[in-house]
Amino acid sequence: MQHLLEICYLIGSFGFIIGLKLMGQPDSARKGNLIAAFGMAVAVFATLFLSKTGGFQVIGNIGYILAAIALGTVVGALMAKRVQMTAMPEMVSIFNGMGGLAAALISIIEWRDIEHKIKESDVAEMVAVLGLPEGFSIVPLAHYLPIIAGLIIGAISFVGSIIAWGKLNGKIGDFRFAGQQFINAIVLIAIIAAAYMNYHHVNTLEAGTNIWFYVTMGLAIIYGLLFVFPIGGADMPVVISLLNSFTGVAAACGGFLYDNNVMLMGGVLVGSAGTILTVVMCKAMNRSLTNVLIGMAGSNSSSGGAAVSGNVREVQATDVAVMMKYASKVIIVPGYGLAVAQAQHVCHELENLLADEGVDVKYAIHPVAGRMPGHMNVLLAESNVEYDKLIEMEHINSEFPTTDVVLVVGANDVVNPAAKTDPTSPIYGMPILDVDQAKQIVVLKRSMKSGYAGIENALFFDPKCGMLFGDAKDSLQKLVNEVKAL
Amino acid sequence: MEQILSFIGNNITYIYLIGLMIFVGIELISHVPSVLHTPLMSGANAIHGVVLIGAIIVLGKADASDYFSLVVGFVGVFVGTLNVIGGFVVTDRMLEMFKKKPKGGNK
Repeated sequence: MQHLLEICYLIGSFGFIIGLKLMGQPDSARKGNLIAAFGMAVAVFATLFLSKTGGFQVIGNIGYILAAIALGTVVGALMAKRVQMTAMPEMVSIFNGMGGLAAALISIIEWRDIEHKIKESDVAEMVAVLGLPEGFSIVPLAHYLPIIAGLIIGAISFVGSIIAWGKLNGKIGDFRFAGQQFINAIVLIAIIAAAYMNYHHVNTLEAGTNIWFYVTMGLAIIYGLLFVFPIGGADMPVVISLLNSFTGVAAACGGFLYDNNVMLMGGVLVGSAGTILTVVMCKAMNRSLTNVLIGMAGSNSSSGGAAVSGNVREVQATDVAVMMKYASKVIIVPGYGLAVAQAQHVCHELENLLADEGVDVKYAIHPVAGRMPGHMNVLLAESNVEYDKLIEMEHINSEFPTTDVVLVVGANDVVNPAAKTDPTSPIYGMPILDVDQAKQIVVLKRSMKSGYAGIENALFFDPKCGMLFGDAKDSLQKLVNEVKAL
Repeated sequence: MEQILSFIGNNITYIYLIGLMIFVGIELISHVPSVLHTPLMSGANAIHGVVLIGAIIVLGKADASDYFSLVVGFVGVFVGTLNVIGGFVVTDRMLEMFKKKPKGGNK
Protein backbone atom coordinates (compact mmCIF):
# COMPACT_ATOMS: atom_id res chain seq x y z
CA MET A 1 0.00 0.00 0.00
CA GLN A 2 2.82 2.35 0.88
CA HIS A 3 4.26 1.87 -2.59
CA LEU A 4 0.96 2.67 -4.20
CA LEU A 5 0.79 5.87 -2.15
CA GLU A 6 4.25 6.88 -3.32
CA ILE A 7 3.29 6.19 -6.93
CA CYS A 8 0.21 8.36 -6.52
CA TYR A 9 2.38 11.13 -5.11
CA LEU A 10 4.66 10.74 -8.12
CA ILE A 11 1.67 11.14 -10.44
CA GLY A 12 0.61 14.18 -8.44
CA SER A 13 4.03 15.83 -8.67
CA PHE A 14 4.33 15.18 -12.40
CA GLY A 15 0.84 16.54 -12.83
CA PHE A 16 1.94 19.81 -11.23
CA ILE A 17 5.03 20.14 -13.39
CA ILE A 18 3.32 19.24 -16.67
CA GLY A 19 0.30 21.35 -15.75
CA LEU A 20 2.40 24.41 -15.03
CA LYS A 21 4.34 23.89 -18.24
CA LEU A 22 1.17 23.72 -20.36
CA MET A 23 -0.25 26.76 -18.56
CA GLY A 24 2.59 28.77 -20.07
CA GLN A 25 1.06 28.66 -23.56
CA PRO A 26 -2.33 30.14 -24.43
CA ASP A 27 -3.46 27.18 -26.48
CA SER A 28 -2.81 24.53 -23.89
CA ALA A 29 -3.31 26.60 -20.74
CA ARG A 30 -6.70 25.24 -19.83
CA LYS A 31 -5.61 21.66 -20.30
CA GLY A 32 -2.60 22.39 -18.11
CA ASN A 33 -4.83 23.59 -15.31
CA LEU A 34 -6.92 20.44 -15.55
CA ILE A 35 -3.85 18.23 -15.46
CA ALA A 36 -2.58 20.01 -12.35
CA ALA A 37 -6.01 19.61 -10.76
CA PHE A 38 -6.00 15.93 -11.65
CA GLY A 39 -2.58 15.53 -10.03
CA MET A 40 -3.92 17.22 -6.91
CA ALA A 41 -6.98 14.95 -6.79
CA VAL A 42 -4.83 11.81 -7.09
CA ALA A 43 -2.51 13.00 -4.33
CA VAL A 44 -5.33 13.99 -1.96
CA PHE A 45 -7.35 10.80 -2.40
CA ALA A 46 -4.24 8.67 -2.08
CA THR A 47 -3.48 10.40 1.23
CA LEU A 48 -7.00 9.74 2.45
CA PHE A 49 -7.29 6.09 1.53
CA LEU A 50 -3.82 4.65 1.04
CA SER A 51 -1.94 5.97 4.07
CA LYS A 52 -1.41 2.71 5.87
CA THR A 53 1.61 1.41 7.65
CA GLY A 54 1.68 -2.15 8.92
CA GLY A 55 -2.02 -2.58 8.39
CA PHE A 56 -2.97 0.45 10.48
CA GLN A 57 -5.02 3.21 9.00
CA VAL A 58 -2.90 6.25 9.76
CA ILE A 59 -5.56 8.71 8.76
CA GLY A 60 -8.27 8.66 11.40
CA ASN A 61 -11.19 11.00 11.89
CA ILE A 62 -12.03 10.29 8.29
CA GLY A 63 -15.59 11.51 8.83
CA TYR A 64 -14.42 14.93 9.97
CA ILE A 65 -11.92 15.13 7.16
CA LEU A 66 -14.45 14.31 4.48
CA ALA A 67 -16.91 16.77 6.01
CA ALA A 68 -14.30 19.54 5.98
CA ILE A 69 -13.35 18.73 2.39
CA ALA A 70 -16.99 18.66 1.30
CA LEU A 71 -17.65 21.98 2.99
CA GLY A 72 -14.51 23.51 1.51
CA THR A 73 -15.39 22.21 -1.95
CA VAL A 74 -18.88 23.68 -1.90
CA VAL A 75 -17.83 27.04 -0.47
CA GLY A 76 -14.73 27.29 -2.64
CA ALA A 77 -16.54 26.38 -5.85
CA LEU A 78 -19.37 28.81 -5.11
CA MET A 79 -16.97 31.65 -4.33
CA ALA A 80 -14.94 30.96 -7.46
CA LYS A 81 -17.99 30.59 -9.70
CA ARG A 82 -19.83 33.63 -8.43
CA VAL A 83 -16.99 36.11 -8.45
CA GLN A 84 -17.12 38.83 -11.09
CA MET A 85 -14.28 38.86 -13.59
CA THR A 86 -13.20 42.25 -12.23
CA ALA A 87 -12.85 40.87 -8.71
CA MET A 88 -10.69 37.94 -9.82
CA PRO A 89 -7.45 39.33 -8.34
CA GLU A 90 -9.08 39.71 -4.93
CA MET A 91 -10.30 36.16 -5.11
CA VAL A 92 -6.84 34.79 -5.91
CA SER A 93 -5.52 36.74 -2.95
CA ILE A 94 -8.12 35.24 -0.59
CA PHE A 95 -7.42 31.69 -1.73
CA ASN A 96 -3.72 32.31 -1.32
CA GLY A 97 -4.33 33.50 2.23
CA MET A 98 -6.28 30.32 2.95
CA GLY A 99 -3.30 28.21 1.93
CA GLY A 100 -1.06 30.22 4.23
CA LEU A 101 -3.55 29.82 7.06
CA ALA A 102 -3.65 26.06 6.56
CA ALA A 103 0.15 25.90 6.77
CA ALA A 104 0.19 27.97 9.96
CA LEU A 105 -2.55 25.85 11.57
CA ILE A 106 -0.62 22.66 10.82
CA SER A 107 2.39 24.10 12.62
CA ILE A 108 0.30 25.14 15.62
CA ILE A 109 -1.07 21.62 16.09
CA GLU A 110 2.30 19.99 15.55
CA TRP A 111 3.92 22.26 18.09
CA ARG A 112 1.22 21.61 20.66
CA ASP A 113 1.75 17.87 20.12
CA ILE A 114 5.45 18.23 20.84
CA GLU A 115 4.82 20.13 24.05
CA HIS A 116 2.27 17.55 25.17
CA LYS A 117 4.62 14.69 24.50
CA ILE A 118 7.39 16.34 26.48
CA LYS A 119 5.06 17.03 29.38
CA GLU A 120 3.68 13.51 29.46
CA SER A 121 6.99 11.75 29.13
CA ASP A 122 9.52 11.61 31.93
CA VAL A 123 12.17 13.16 29.75
CA ALA A 124 12.39 16.14 32.06
CA GLU A 125 13.13 14.05 35.15
CA MET A 126 15.62 11.91 33.31
CA VAL A 127 17.51 14.91 32.08
CA ALA A 128 17.37 16.47 35.52
CA VAL A 129 19.11 13.41 36.93
CA LEU A 130 21.42 12.44 34.12
CA GLY A 131 21.97 15.68 32.30
CA LEU A 132 21.49 16.11 28.59
CA PRO A 133 23.68 13.70 26.59
CA GLU A 134 26.15 15.29 24.23
CA GLY A 135 24.73 15.99 20.78
CA PHE A 136 21.21 15.00 21.76
CA SER A 137 18.26 17.30 21.15
CA ILE A 138 14.80 16.80 22.52
CA VAL A 139 13.37 18.45 19.44
CA PRO A 140 15.87 18.01 16.61
CA LEU A 141 16.53 21.02 14.43
CA ALA A 142 15.42 19.13 11.33
CA HIS A 143 12.03 18.68 12.94
CA TYR A 144 11.81 22.12 14.49
CA LEU A 145 12.74 24.17 11.44
CA PRO A 146 9.89 23.11 9.16
CA ILE A 147 7.36 23.62 11.95
CA ILE A 148 8.49 27.10 12.87
CA ALA A 149 9.14 28.15 9.26
CA GLY A 150 5.71 26.88 8.24
CA LEU A 151 4.19 28.93 11.06
CA ILE A 152 6.07 32.13 10.27
CA ILE A 153 5.72 32.05 6.49
CA GLY A 154 2.15 30.79 6.62
CA ALA A 155 1.11 33.53 9.04
CA ILE A 156 2.80 36.28 7.01
CA SER A 157 1.18 34.98 3.84
CA PHE A 158 -2.26 34.75 5.44
CA VAL A 159 -2.26 38.21 6.99
CA GLY A 160 -0.58 39.77 3.96
CA SER A 161 -3.08 38.26 1.56
CA ILE A 162 -6.03 39.50 3.58
CA ILE A 163 -4.59 43.04 3.58
CA ALA A 164 -3.91 42.76 -0.16
CA TRP A 165 -7.52 41.68 -0.65
CA GLY A 166 -8.74 44.66 1.33
CA LYS A 167 -6.56 47.02 -0.68
CA LEU A 168 -7.72 45.65 -4.02
CA ASN A 169 -11.36 46.19 -3.24
CA GLY A 170 -10.64 49.55 -1.69
CA LYS A 171 -11.55 48.66 1.90
CA ILE A 172 -8.04 49.36 3.15
CA GLY A 173 -5.99 52.38 2.22
CA ASP A 174 -2.26 52.87 2.16
CA PHE A 175 -0.65 53.35 5.49
CA ARG A 176 2.94 54.28 6.08
CA PHE A 177 5.04 56.12 8.57
CA ALA A 178 8.61 57.32 8.75
CA GLY A 179 11.19 54.64 9.35
CA GLN A 180 8.85 51.86 8.39
CA GLN A 181 11.54 49.90 6.60
CA PHE A 182 13.69 50.07 9.68
CA ILE A 183 10.88 48.82 11.90
CA ASN A 184 10.09 46.02 9.45
CA ALA A 185 13.70 44.89 9.62
CA ILE A 186 13.58 44.94 13.42
CA VAL A 187 10.38 42.89 13.47
CA LEU A 188 11.96 40.38 11.12
CA ILE A 189 14.98 40.03 13.39
CA ALA A 190 12.68 39.73 16.39
CA ILE A 191 10.82 36.87 14.69
CA ILE A 192 14.05 34.96 14.21
CA ALA A 193 15.13 35.71 17.78
CA ALA A 194 11.80 34.53 19.19
CA ALA A 195 11.96 31.38 17.09
CA TYR A 196 15.42 30.72 18.49
CA MET A 197 14.29 31.38 22.06
CA ASN A 198 11.53 28.87 21.56
CA TYR A 199 13.99 26.25 20.34
CA HIS A 200 16.33 26.98 23.19
CA HIS A 201 13.56 26.85 25.77
CA VAL A 202 12.25 23.50 24.71
CA ASN A 203 15.63 21.88 24.30
CA THR A 204 17.01 22.99 27.64
CA LEU A 205 13.75 22.04 29.36
CA GLU A 206 13.59 25.37 31.11
CA ALA A 207 10.99 25.63 33.80
CA GLY A 208 7.91 27.73 33.29
CA THR A 209 5.51 28.00 30.43
CA ASN A 210 6.99 28.61 27.05
CA ILE A 211 5.37 31.60 25.43
CA TRP A 212 7.97 31.96 22.70
CA PHE A 213 6.08 29.96 20.12
CA TYR A 214 3.13 32.32 20.40
CA VAL A 215 5.40 35.35 20.49
CA THR A 216 6.86 34.16 17.20
CA MET A 217 3.36 33.78 15.78
CA GLY A 218 2.30 37.24 16.96
CA LEU A 219 5.38 38.86 15.47
CA ALA A 220 4.83 37.08 12.17
CA ILE A 221 1.29 38.46 12.06
CA ILE A 222 2.58 41.96 12.77
CA TYR A 223 5.17 41.55 10.05
CA GLY A 224 2.49 40.48 7.58
CA LEU A 225 0.59 43.68 8.34
CA LEU A 226 3.61 45.98 8.14
CA PHE A 227 4.86 44.30 5.01
CA VAL A 228 1.78 44.92 2.86
CA PHE A 229 0.34 48.11 4.42
CA PRO A 230 2.69 50.62 2.78
CA ILE A 231 2.53 49.12 -0.71
CA GLY A 232 0.30 50.98 -3.13
CA GLY A 233 -2.85 49.29 -4.39
CA ALA A 234 -1.58 49.37 -7.95
CA ASP A 235 1.32 47.16 -6.95
CA MET A 236 -0.86 44.55 -5.30
CA PRO A 237 -0.52 42.00 -8.13
CA VAL A 238 3.21 41.88 -7.50
CA VAL A 239 2.61 41.48 -3.79
CA ILE A 240 0.07 38.71 -4.30
CA SER A 241 2.49 36.92 -6.57
CA LEU A 242 5.18 37.20 -3.92
CA LEU A 243 2.88 36.01 -1.14
CA ASN A 244 1.87 33.19 -3.47
CA SER A 245 5.44 31.98 -3.55
CA PHE A 246 5.63 32.39 0.27
CA THR A 247 2.70 30.03 0.66
CA GLY A 248 4.47 27.63 -1.66
CA VAL A 249 7.47 27.62 0.65
CA ALA A 250 5.19 27.14 3.66
CA ALA A 251 3.64 24.10 1.95
CA ALA A 252 7.11 22.76 1.22
CA CYS A 253 7.89 23.02 4.95
CA GLY A 254 4.96 20.68 5.56
CA GLY A 255 6.41 18.31 3.01
CA PHE A 256 9.68 18.28 4.88
CA LEU A 257 7.92 17.71 8.18
CA TYR A 258 5.91 14.71 7.02
CA ASP A 259 8.43 13.29 4.56
CA ASN A 260 5.76 13.93 2.00
CA ASN A 261 7.17 14.24 -1.49
CA VAL A 262 4.17 15.70 -3.26
CA MET A 263 3.88 18.53 -0.74
CA LEU A 264 7.57 19.18 -1.02
CA MET A 265 7.59 19.16 -4.82
CA GLY A 266 4.43 21.22 -5.22
CA GLY A 267 5.52 23.70 -2.57
CA VAL A 268 9.03 24.24 -3.92
CA LEU A 269 7.73 24.44 -7.47
CA VAL A 270 5.29 27.21 -6.58
CA GLY A 271 7.91 28.87 -4.40
CA SER A 272 10.37 29.21 -7.26
CA ALA A 273 7.82 29.76 -10.03
CA GLY A 274 6.09 32.40 -7.91
CA THR A 275 9.32 34.22 -7.20
CA ILE A 276 10.35 34.32 -10.83
CA LEU A 277 6.82 35.38 -11.85
CA THR A 278 7.09 38.25 -9.36
CA VAL A 279 10.36 39.36 -10.93
CA VAL A 280 8.94 39.09 -14.45
CA MET A 281 5.93 41.21 -13.43
CA CYS A 282 8.19 43.85 -11.94
CA LYS A 283 10.17 43.93 -15.17
CA ALA A 284 6.99 44.49 -17.13
CA MET A 285 6.45 47.64 -15.06
CA ASN A 286 10.11 48.62 -15.33
CA ARG A 287 10.42 48.59 -11.57
CA SER A 288 12.67 46.66 -9.27
CA LEU A 289 11.20 44.42 -6.62
CA THR A 290 12.76 46.45 -3.81
CA ASN A 291 11.25 49.56 -5.30
CA VAL A 292 7.80 47.95 -5.19
CA LEU A 293 8.25 46.62 -1.68
CA ILE A 294 9.36 49.92 -0.25
CA GLY A 295 6.15 51.29 -1.63
CA MET A 296 7.44 54.00 -3.90
CA ALA A 297 4.92 54.51 -6.63
CA GLY A 298 1.24 54.69 -6.01
CA SER A 299 2.11 56.48 -2.83
CA ASN A 300 0.49 59.85 -2.67
CA SER A 301 -0.37 62.71 -4.92
CA SER A 302 2.14 65.13 -3.48
CA SER A 303 5.08 62.81 -3.94
CA GLY A 304 6.15 64.17 -7.24
CA GLY A 305 5.28 65.10 -10.75
CA ALA A 306 5.11 68.58 -12.10
CA ALA A 307 1.74 70.24 -11.94
CA VAL A 308 -0.04 70.23 -15.27
CA SER A 309 -2.36 72.96 -16.34
CA GLY A 310 -4.19 73.99 -19.42
CA ASN A 311 -7.59 73.57 -20.90
CA VAL A 312 -9.41 70.33 -21.15
CA ARG A 313 -11.53 69.91 -24.22
CA GLU A 314 -14.79 68.11 -23.62
CA VAL A 315 -16.33 66.30 -26.58
CA GLN A 316 -19.76 64.83 -27.31
CA ALA A 317 -20.52 61.24 -28.22
CA THR A 318 -21.90 62.32 -31.59
CA ASP A 319 -18.64 63.91 -32.65
CA VAL A 320 -16.62 60.95 -31.49
CA ALA A 321 -18.92 58.58 -33.36
CA VAL A 322 -18.43 60.52 -36.59
CA MET A 323 -14.69 60.66 -36.05
CA MET A 324 -14.43 56.94 -35.58
CA LYS A 325 -16.79 55.88 -38.29
CA TYR A 326 -14.84 57.73 -40.95
CA ALA A 327 -11.44 56.78 -39.58
CA SER A 328 -9.40 54.11 -41.26
CA LYS A 329 -7.67 52.92 -38.14
CA VAL A 330 -8.86 52.98 -34.53
CA ILE A 331 -7.00 51.66 -31.50
CA ILE A 332 -8.81 51.05 -28.24
CA VAL A 333 -6.79 51.30 -25.03
CA PRO A 334 -8.66 49.54 -22.24
CA GLY A 335 -7.91 50.15 -18.57
CA TYR A 336 -9.33 49.49 -15.15
CA GLY A 337 -12.28 51.79 -15.88
CA LEU A 338 -13.45 49.30 -18.50
CA ALA A 339 -13.31 46.54 -15.92
CA VAL A 340 -15.20 48.34 -13.16
CA ALA A 341 -17.90 49.47 -15.56
CA GLN A 342 -18.20 45.91 -16.94
CA ALA A 343 -18.04 47.52 -20.35
CA GLN A 344 -16.21 44.74 -22.19
CA HIS A 345 -19.30 43.51 -24.06
CA VAL A 346 -20.42 46.89 -25.33
CA CYS A 347 -16.81 47.62 -26.21
CA HIS A 348 -16.77 44.53 -28.39
CA GLU A 349 -20.06 45.63 -29.94
CA LEU A 350 -18.54 48.98 -30.87
CA GLU A 351 -15.52 47.20 -32.30
CA ASN A 352 -17.75 45.02 -34.49
CA LEU A 353 -19.81 47.98 -35.69
CA LEU A 354 -16.69 49.85 -36.71
CA ALA A 355 -15.18 46.77 -38.32
CA ASP A 356 -18.35 46.42 -40.39
CA GLU A 357 -17.77 49.97 -41.61
CA GLY A 358 -14.34 48.91 -42.79
CA VAL A 359 -12.41 50.48 -39.94
CA ASP A 360 -9.30 48.66 -38.78
CA VAL A 361 -9.86 48.23 -35.02
CA LYS A 362 -7.25 46.92 -32.61
CA TYR A 363 -6.75 46.85 -28.87
CA ALA A 364 -3.55 48.06 -27.27
CA ILE A 365 -2.79 46.07 -24.14
CA HIS A 366 -0.42 47.54 -21.62
CA PRO A 367 1.20 44.82 -19.51
CA VAL A 368 -0.12 46.27 -16.28
CA ALA A 369 -3.42 47.74 -17.46
CA GLY A 370 -6.11 46.90 -14.96
CA ARG A 371 -5.20 45.44 -11.64
CA MET A 372 -3.21 42.45 -12.84
CA PRO A 373 -1.09 41.57 -15.82
CA GLY A 374 -3.35 39.99 -18.37
CA HIS A 375 -6.44 41.43 -16.68
CA MET A 376 -7.57 43.14 -19.89
CA ASN A 377 -6.97 40.06 -22.01
CA VAL A 378 -9.13 37.98 -19.75
CA LEU A 379 -11.84 40.59 -19.67
CA LEU A 380 -11.98 41.17 -23.42
CA ALA A 381 -11.71 37.48 -24.18
CA GLU A 382 -14.82 37.08 -22.04
CA SER A 383 -16.76 39.17 -24.53
CA ASN A 384 -15.35 37.16 -27.45
CA VAL A 385 -12.88 39.72 -28.70
CA GLU A 386 -10.54 37.86 -31.00
CA TYR A 387 -7.24 37.01 -29.51
CA ASP A 388 -5.16 38.41 -32.37
CA LYS A 389 -6.77 41.84 -32.03
CA LEU A 390 -5.23 42.25 -28.61
CA ILE A 391 -1.80 43.67 -29.32
CA GLU A 392 0.86 43.95 -26.67
CA MET A 393 2.60 47.22 -26.02
CA GLU A 394 5.90 46.47 -27.76
CA HIS A 395 4.11 45.66 -31.00
CA ILE A 396 1.46 48.35 -31.06
CA ASN A 397 3.56 51.36 -30.12
CA SER A 398 4.94 51.68 -33.65
CA GLU A 399 1.38 51.81 -35.01
CA PHE A 400 0.16 54.89 -33.15
CA PRO A 401 1.57 57.46 -35.63
CA THR A 402 -0.57 55.92 -38.39
CA THR A 403 -3.68 55.75 -36.23
CA ASP A 404 -6.57 58.14 -36.74
CA VAL A 405 -8.37 57.77 -33.45
CA VAL A 406 -7.24 56.32 -30.15
CA LEU A 407 -10.07 55.55 -27.76
CA VAL A 408 -8.78 55.38 -24.18
CA VAL A 409 -11.37 53.56 -22.10
CA GLY A 410 -10.77 54.06 -18.40
CA ALA A 411 -6.99 53.89 -18.58
CA ASN A 412 -4.82 56.63 -17.16
CA ASP A 413 -1.33 55.97 -15.84
CA VAL A 414 -0.43 53.61 -18.70
CA VAL A 415 -0.87 56.46 -21.21
CA ASN A 416 0.65 59.22 -19.11
CA PRO A 417 3.49 60.90 -21.04
CA ALA A 418 5.04 61.98 -17.73
CA ALA A 419 6.52 58.50 -17.57
CA LYS A 420 8.77 59.59 -20.42
CA THR A 421 9.20 63.30 -19.94
CA ASP A 422 9.13 64.07 -16.23
CA PRO A 423 11.94 62.57 -14.14
CA THR A 424 10.26 63.74 -10.93
CA SER A 425 7.14 61.76 -11.64
CA PRO A 426 6.65 58.62 -9.53
CA ILE A 427 5.93 56.62 -12.66
CA TYR A 428 8.96 57.94 -14.53
CA GLY A 429 10.62 55.14 -16.47
CA MET A 430 7.55 52.95 -16.76
CA PRO A 431 6.99 52.01 -20.41
CA ILE A 432 3.75 53.51 -21.69
CA LEU A 433 1.53 53.34 -24.74
CA ASP A 434 2.48 56.23 -27.00
CA VAL A 435 -1.07 57.32 -27.70
CA ASP A 436 -0.04 60.98 -28.03
CA GLN A 437 1.41 60.17 -31.45
CA ALA A 438 -2.00 59.38 -32.88
CA LYS A 439 -3.93 62.00 -34.86
CA GLN A 440 -6.84 62.17 -32.44
CA ILE A 441 -7.26 60.92 -28.91
CA VAL A 442 -10.55 60.45 -27.10
CA VAL A 443 -10.50 59.62 -23.41
CA LEU A 444 -13.53 58.06 -21.77
CA LYS A 445 -13.35 58.86 -18.10
CA ARG A 446 -15.70 59.43 -15.24
CA SER A 447 -14.08 62.63 -14.04
CA MET A 448 -10.77 64.45 -14.00
CA LYS A 449 -9.73 62.45 -10.96
CA SER A 450 -6.21 61.13 -11.20
CA GLY A 451 -5.40 57.48 -11.71
CA TYR A 452 -4.03 54.90 -9.37
CA ALA A 453 -0.63 56.52 -9.12
CA GLY A 454 -2.36 59.69 -8.00
CA ILE A 455 -0.76 61.99 -10.53
CA GLU A 456 -1.98 64.41 -13.15
CA ASN A 457 -1.96 63.32 -16.75
CA ALA A 458 -0.68 65.84 -19.27
CA LEU A 459 -2.27 63.84 -22.06
CA PHE A 460 -5.71 65.18 -21.11
CA PHE A 461 -4.51 68.71 -21.77
CA ASP A 462 -3.10 67.83 -25.19
CA PRO A 463 -4.92 69.84 -27.89
CA LYS A 464 -5.46 66.61 -29.86
CA CYS A 465 -7.20 65.03 -26.92
CA GLY A 466 -10.92 65.18 -26.22
CA MET A 467 -12.59 64.04 -23.03
CA LEU A 468 -15.88 62.18 -23.01
CA PHE A 469 -16.98 62.16 -19.39
CA GLY A 470 -19.17 59.47 -17.92
CA ASP A 471 -19.23 55.84 -16.93
CA ALA A 472 -17.30 53.78 -19.49
CA LYS A 473 -20.24 51.50 -20.20
CA ASP A 474 -22.71 54.35 -20.70
CA SER A 475 -20.32 56.28 -22.88
CA LEU A 476 -19.56 53.26 -25.05
CA GLN A 477 -23.27 52.51 -25.32
CA LYS A 478 -23.85 56.09 -26.49
CA LEU A 479 -21.09 55.69 -29.07
CA VAL A 480 -22.64 52.42 -30.29
CA ASN A 481 -26.02 54.12 -30.67
CA GLU A 482 -24.52 57.09 -32.45
CA VAL A 483 -22.51 54.97 -34.85
CA LYS A 484 -25.63 52.94 -35.62
CA ALA A 485 -27.67 56.10 -36.17
CA LEU A 486 -25.19 57.64 -38.61
CA MET B 1 29.25 23.14 12.08
CA GLU B 2 29.16 19.38 12.50
CA GLN B 3 25.42 19.59 13.06
CA ILE B 4 24.95 21.45 9.79
CA LEU B 5 27.11 18.97 7.87
CA SER B 6 25.26 15.97 9.25
CA PHE B 7 21.98 17.74 8.54
CA ILE B 8 23.00 18.14 4.91
CA GLY B 9 24.29 14.58 4.73
CA ASN B 10 21.10 13.13 6.16
CA ASN B 11 18.86 15.06 3.82
CA ILE B 12 20.89 15.05 0.66
CA THR B 13 18.08 13.60 -1.47
CA TYR B 14 15.78 16.39 -0.37
CA ILE B 15 18.36 18.99 -1.13
CA TYR B 16 18.80 17.60 -4.64
CA LEU B 17 15.05 17.52 -5.07
CA ILE B 18 14.57 21.09 -3.86
CA GLY B 19 17.40 22.37 -6.02
CA LEU B 20 16.07 20.69 -9.13
CA MET B 21 12.53 21.85 -8.49
CA ILE B 22 13.72 25.43 -8.14
CA PHE B 23 15.34 25.20 -11.57
CA VAL B 24 12.24 23.59 -13.04
CA GLY B 25 10.08 26.37 -11.63
CA ILE B 26 12.31 29.07 -13.06
CA GLU B 27 12.50 27.39 -16.46
CA LEU B 28 8.75 26.92 -16.65
CA ILE B 29 7.91 30.54 -16.00
CA SER B 30 10.71 32.51 -17.60
CA HIS B 31 9.37 32.72 -21.16
CA VAL B 32 5.67 33.14 -20.63
CA PRO B 33 3.77 35.93 -22.44
CA SER B 34 2.54 38.57 -20.02
CA VAL B 35 -1.10 37.89 -20.89
CA LEU B 36 -0.80 34.60 -19.08
CA HIS B 37 0.71 35.97 -15.90
CA THR B 38 -2.58 36.24 -14.06
CA PRO B 39 -3.87 32.74 -14.88
CA LEU B 40 -0.43 31.35 -14.15
CA MET B 41 -0.31 33.02 -10.77
CA SER B 42 -3.77 31.68 -10.07
CA GLY B 43 -2.75 28.19 -11.20
CA ALA B 44 0.36 28.22 -9.03
CA ASN B 45 -1.86 29.45 -6.22
CA ALA B 46 -4.04 26.36 -6.60
CA ILE B 47 -1.00 24.06 -6.65
CA HIS B 48 0.30 25.25 -3.30
CA GLY B 49 -3.07 24.13 -1.99
CA VAL B 50 -1.24 20.81 -1.73
CA VAL B 51 -0.74 21.97 1.85
CA LEU B 52 -4.20 20.42 2.23
CA ILE B 53 -2.47 17.04 2.46
CA GLY B 54 -0.59 18.25 5.52
CA ALA B 55 -3.84 19.39 7.08
CA ILE B 56 -5.39 15.99 6.35
CA ILE B 57 -2.48 14.23 8.02
CA VAL B 58 -2.66 16.47 11.06
CA LEU B 59 -6.40 16.06 11.49
CA GLY B 60 -6.11 12.37 10.69
CA LYS B 61 -3.81 11.68 13.60
CA ALA B 62 -5.58 13.91 16.11
CA ASP B 63 -6.82 12.09 19.18
CA ALA B 64 -10.61 11.81 19.29
CA SER B 65 -10.67 13.54 22.69
CA ASP B 66 -8.31 16.34 21.73
CA TYR B 67 -10.84 18.96 20.77
CA PHE B 68 -8.29 21.69 20.12
CA SER B 69 -6.54 19.65 17.44
CA LEU B 70 -9.82 18.46 16.00
CA VAL B 71 -11.21 21.96 15.62
CA VAL B 72 -8.01 23.57 14.37
CA GLY B 73 -7.38 20.59 12.07
CA PHE B 74 -10.90 20.81 10.72
CA VAL B 75 -10.43 24.48 9.94
CA GLY B 76 -7.08 23.63 8.35
CA VAL B 77 -8.61 21.03 6.03
CA PHE B 78 -11.47 23.39 5.23
CA VAL B 79 -9.28 26.35 4.26
CA GLY B 80 -6.86 24.04 2.44
CA THR B 81 -9.73 22.72 0.35
CA LEU B 82 -10.86 26.29 -0.31
CA ASN B 83 -7.40 27.03 -1.66
CA VAL B 84 -7.38 23.96 -3.93
CA ILE B 85 -10.92 24.04 -5.27
CA GLY B 86 -11.22 27.81 -5.44
CA GLY B 87 -7.81 28.12 -7.06
CA PHE B 88 -8.43 25.60 -9.80
CA VAL B 89 -11.98 26.79 -10.53
CA VAL B 90 -10.95 30.45 -10.77
CA THR B 91 -8.05 29.54 -13.04
CA ASP B 92 -10.32 27.47 -15.23
CA ARG B 93 -12.76 30.36 -15.49
CA MET B 94 -9.98 32.70 -16.58
CA LEU B 95 -8.59 30.27 -19.12
CA GLU B 96 -12.00 29.32 -20.46
CA MET B 97 -12.11 32.81 -21.92
CA PHE B 98 -8.87 32.35 -23.76
CA LYS B 99 -10.20 29.22 -25.35
CA LYS B 100 -13.32 30.37 -27.16
CA LYS B 101 -11.62 31.66 -30.27
CA PRO B 102 -8.69 29.35 -30.84
CA LYS B 103 -7.46 31.17 -33.90
CA GLY B 104 -4.63 33.64 -33.75
CA GLY B 105 -2.44 32.02 -31.19
CA ASN B 106 0.03 33.66 -28.93
CA LYS B 107 0.91 37.27 -29.58
